[in-house]
Amino acid sequence: MTAHEKLSMAQALNRALRDSLSDDPTVVVFGEDVGPLGGVFRVTDGLTAEFGEDRCFDTPLAESGIVGVAVGMAMNGMRPVVEMQFDAFAYPAFEQIVSHVAKMRNRTRGKVALPMVIRIPYAGGIGGVEHHCDSSEAYYVHTPGLHVVTPSTPADAYTLLRESIASDDPVVFLEPKKLYWTKEEVELGVKPPSIGRAVVRREGTDATLIAYGPSVPIALEAAEVADREGRSLQVVDLRSIVPFDDETVAAAVRSTGRAVVVAEAAGFASVSSEIVARVTERCFHSLAAPIRRVTGFDIPYPPPKYEHLHLPGVDRVLDAVDDLQWEDS
Amino acid sequence: MTGDADHLLPSDSPVTLIDANGHPVADAGRALPDEAALRRALASLITARRLNDQAYALVRQGRLAVYPSSHGQEACQVAAAQVLDEGDWLFPTYRDTVAAVERGVDPVEALTLLKGDWHCGWDPYEHRVAPHATPLATQLPHAVGVAHAARLRGEPTVVMALCGDGGTSEGDFHEAMNFAAVLKAPVVFLIQNNEYAISVPLARQTAAPSLAHKGVGYGIPGERVDGNDVAALLSVLDSAVAKARAGEGPQLVEAHTYRMQAHTNADDATRYRDAADVDAWVGRDPITRLSAYLSIDESAFRAEAERVAEHVRDGLNRDVEPEPALLFEHVYARPTPQLREQAAQLADEIEREVASR
Repeated sequence: MTAHEKLSMAQALNRALRDSLSDDPTVVVFGEDVGPLGGVFRVTDGLTAEFGEDRCFDTPLAESGIVGVAVGMAMNGMRPVVEMQFDAFAYPAFEQIVSHVAKMRNRTRGKVALPMVIRIPYAGGIGGVEHHCDSSEAYYVHTPGLHVVTPSTPADAYTLLRESIASDDPVVFLEPKKLYWTKEEVELGVKPPSIGRAVVRREGTDATLIAYGPSVPIALEAAEVADREGRSLQVVDLRSIVPFDDETVAAAVRSTGRAVVVAEAAGFASVSSEIVARVTERCFHSLAAPIRRVTGFDIPYPPPKYEHLHLPGVDRVLDAVDDLQWEDS
Repeated sequence: MTGDADHLLPSDSPVTLIDANGHPVADAGRALPDEAALRRALASLITARRLNDQAYALVRQGRLAVYPSSHGQEACQVAAAQVLDEGDWLFPTYRDTVAAVERGVDPVEALTLLKGDWHCGWDPYEHRVAPHATPLATQLPHAVGVAHAARLRGEPTVVMALCGDGGTSEGDFHEAMNFAAVLKAPVVFLIQNNEYAISVPLARQTAAPSLAHKGVGYGIPGERVDGNDVAALLSVLDSAVAKARAGEGPQLVEAHTYRMQAHTNADDATRYRDAADVDAWVGRDPITRLSAYLSIDESAFRAEAERVAEHVRDGLNRDVEPEPALLFEHVYARPTPQLREQAAQLADEIEREVASR
């Protein structure tokens, strides 16, 4: 029987952790402030009380150590889920992630798998001060050996996290922190696999908006506004950046012949540039216009008073759509 | 918190049980290992030396890409492996091939990566030897994780984590020591202080009174041992392993030894140290002092050492057909669609190249 509950994304993630801890005694959760406090975003709320300190515990304040210890625990029969408190605070763990987490399976010819999840609250839109709002996905997706996923809804957050914890590959799990408090009905049952599968969030016929994580709600809002203005926009949510679902994305763009990529990260050498390249290679003859990108500027993430100027917004998305060489304009 | 750090401090000088001339040290405060253990250690030391020198020769012959030799450090290598039980783990660095072999890894497999192949060569679970780590000190947090997982399950596992003097400057050394202490993880950290990090001498690496003193800052007891005295190493490491296994938390041991050869064959040690400095250590060789103590002619153990050397030569002189498809096989549990495409592309290129010959 599947239960339906109205949950925020943070609550859905908490449920995913709780259900994984219940179902699998090898799952352990650790990081900074994830114990009695329940994490700075309360994603691990109540887990230490329910499962004990061996299953969910606070660690010293050292990200490389957290990820490195997780590597060892994963080598020795556990499924660690570690929390990096904020995107930019995960950088001390970068060497562990790229040199060990990503490569252990390959350098042992598959003998040593690292079934571990690195949860990272990422991106902006919450008025955070410096080092709290980075869109760091490009660093991870550029490293072979990692899966990189990012939910845009509470339901996907639950499913993707359950699946990531069950995966025998290491997963970098990027949580759009501005969506932690968005609520929806979540079905807490077994769902079809979503790692590696993009999803069409909204059907449309004139152009395709391709987005992931924090930019999906912007794309959906833009599609809503465009609809009132007589233009039908399709919205694709990647969910999984690695593996990348070329099939779904290319099919979507072929069906409309026009595309705009919406992503919050700086545009240069980014996930958005990769999407443009891949879609162009596959859909060139179906395209009526060059693919446009609406991304963050190539600047350090701006302070709270300026972030609205930096973040892709509905107007900027609709401007890009207007630029797609429409015959009637 | 306790202000009492005295019990964490290492002894004033490194523990030595057999001096450089092969004489037992009076009042060393520790019993010598029994003769059977010392004979076993000597046999391993001689094989270890032969393996180091054979590997070095194979580099010159083009059969190995590179070899960071532990020539002169064999006592540390052998003792680190011999004090472990079957269920324990060893975490070696790139200079610890000999320790991995002493633990049971086939020497040809142990040299796979240094031969220039794409993987570590052995199954880490077979002998509980982690793949050797090249980025310095990055393996130490893994050792803590393995130990902590075992402890959570109530298993008696102890993890022997190796690192060099240069590695103690890395952040991961600090983080691993701190995590191990806070988690009370059963890890023995063995620092082989061989005085050099490639060209940089210890004085440029640390201002600490000794590397073993670093334990105090974490609440980890430190001990110093003569790294060329296998008897002292067996005794000190055995105690450290026993304490870790008994639930006393991590232990730190600094072994004072010396890198007798260049960093690797690609390094020129004459640019940064005098031959006289190296010569001073010849007289402290771990093999000559132990065979003198035991009054054993080393030749008694030569046959086994030569057998291993021959096995290594045979294994490395055999040409292995490269299998490019495997480069895509283990990146993920199942290759992604993109990797399947790229593997097919490479296979097609190779097929067309073969056809055009």
